[in-house]
Amino acid sequence: MKALLGSFRPGSKNSELSPLQFFGKHGISVAFVLCVVIFSLATDRFLSADNFFTVVMQASIIGTIALGVTFVVIGGNLDLSVGSLLSFATVLVVDLHDKVGPGTAIILMFVFTLLIGAVNGYLIGYLRLNSLIVTLGMLSAIQGITLVYSGGKNVDISDQENTWFAFFGREEFLGIPIPALIFIVLGIALQIVLLKSGFGRKIFAIGGNGTAALFSGLRRNRLVFSTYLLSAFTTGCAALILGSRVMGSQNNVGEGYELLVLAGVILGGTSLLGGSGSIIRTVIGVLILAMIQNGLLLLGYPYYTQWLVTWVVIIVAVWLDIAAKRGKLLSTY
Amino acid sequence: MNRIVDLIKKQPIWIFVLVCIVFFSVSSPYFFDLNNFSNILVQASTIGLIALGMTFVMINGNIDLSVGATVALAASLAVGLQSELGIIGAVAVGLMSGIMIGALNGIIAWKTGVDAFIVTLGAMIGVRGLVFIYTDEQSFYAYDLAYSDFGASEIFSIPVLALIFILLTIVAHLILKYTIHGRNVFAVGGNRVAAKEAGIRVGPHMLINFILVGFLAALSGILLSTQMGASTPNLGRNYELWTITAVVLGGTRLTGGFGSIIGTLGGVLAIAILRNGMNLLQVPSFYVLIILGSILIIVLFIDKRFAEQQGQGVGA
Repeated sequence: MKALLGSFRPGSKNSELSPLQFFGKHGISVAFVLCVVIFSLATDRFLSADNFFTVVMQASIIGTIALGVTFVVIGGNLDLSVGSLLSFATVLVVDLHDKVGPGTAIILMFVFTLLIGAVNGYLIGYLRLNSLIVTLGMLSAIQGITLVYSGGKNVDISDQENTWFAFFGREEFLGIPIPALIFIVLGIALQIVLLKSGFGRKIFAIGGNGTAALFSGLRRNRLVFSTYLLSAFTTGCAALILGSRVMGSQNNVGEGYELLVLAGVILGGTSLLGGSGSIIRTVIGVLILAMIQNGLLLLGYPYYTQWLVTWVVIIVAVWLDIAAKRGKLLSTY
Repeated sequence: MNRIVDLIKKQPIWIFVLVCIVFFSVSSPYFFDLNNFSNILVQASTIGLIALGMTFVMINGNIDLSVGATVALAASLAVGLQSELGIIGAVAVGLMSGIMIGALNGIIAWKTGVDAFIVTLGAMIGVRGLVFIYTDEQSFYAYDLAYSDFGASEIFSIPVLALIFILLTIVAHLILKYTIHGRNVFAVGGNRVAAKEAGIRVGPHMLINFILVGFLAALSGILLSTQMGASTPNLGRNYELWTITAVVLGGTRLTGGFGSIIGTLGGVLAIAILRNGMNLLQVPSFYVLIILGSILIIVLFIDKRFAEQQGQGVGA
């Protein structure tokens, strides 16, 4: 009886975690620490403030997008169109820079990017179409629009030295690279929104059980709609970083990013079924992927080894997560 | 008349295919031509072969994102190993690689219970990494011309690649429609728990489907490399997205339990005819992307409306 009561008492959760449950709960943090320790021991250049910011810099574009996508996924949907949208936004902001000036270019870029996000949101939120297929269709449509807009040519900024547009991708503030700063600040802000605001709680509710949320008076349509606006917004921010860093853009610069972004989100333990997840863990997930890349390169492995390691890490991470919930390592069918 | 309405409801994509054929025949003098049709079939065969396997996987309620990377791996092995193993040996290794990756995906999805989307997303990244490591980022060329001759060969003036595609489409249709495996694929996709309770072994069926799509992706990659006489490490990029587009256009549900090979063939042909026809009309290929994306969403919309009216979806 005592044991039974104990297992229901909220304060007792630290005492009786099996190893499997422990990994399911804290696996991502353990993996993060393991990564840091292993790479620090294996190479003396890994553990330094400089290299840390290099890692965050590398993670910043995929990471910034992943922040918005985390909201979409927690809401129970997917967004595969962010890669194409990144191409579109980067091409747009870089091309408009020379035509209408940086300030107007940035505003116009956000207007059109949010507009596309609104189309996604309308189709998925209001028409209730399957998010994977809609965003798959949008992936190809947006790529087409980008190519039509640029006529297939790459774009660049002619006077790269004397424009304040360089701020977003190339400059530093208090020794912190601006891309890393954008990523960190947005991350903290969105974590607060997710955990401390009514909006965040409602997103969890519609992702956890959409019908129940609807019957309890939540406006599911509008909430889903706003998650897509959010992912379009963070994609716009990522385009700002990318365009400013490169000072130019290819038409397909974001190709394949949608799946790398999802890899980071999934690694962070956000369930594809919706209803659970967190911004901090997404950040850790994205950082782990960037650390694997950085660490393996420092160790002298070929560039593409990181992709093999990523393969293993993603599957093992999700496996442990599921196994902990199931209480068994292997599935029963 | 009722039959026609029925057909529209069941296979809206075939109506679109017919409309496309009529439209392009009227607007381009080069379209309605036997040579052009066999061209279209050859162009369709690359995505089409993968789509056949993907139909099984998706009816079963899973998805495979790793097919594009498998295409590149199989093509690179089949071309790159020719100098050591000869054409037959190299092609065999290429096909084996597809089967192995399919089996690996299937076993992981089965035994760990991790969603197939995540399993194959990981494999997509990892297998592409394997390709780049194996090829050292180089393209390979097939020095033995017999290899590229095969890709251009014809039997009874029909391209061999088109024949292979047609033949395998028929085989896939028969398997899905008339075998126990085919029936169980629908059962598992429709309701996994019920299927399991009814005594169907869910895991092995999943495994077979992943092996099937892996094999077909490898075959598709190898046939593609015979067309070019070469392979590049970037081959097959985005093919997973095109394949899923074709299969969904054909009326197969992502949630599983619904779909048909005939529908998939319609989806594959729709994409191929649209690309071919727009090319002949000299429309820049960018617009094809916009049109295809829009059609995908429209088909989804129509499917949902009909499903809401009838309480059921697109059937076989």
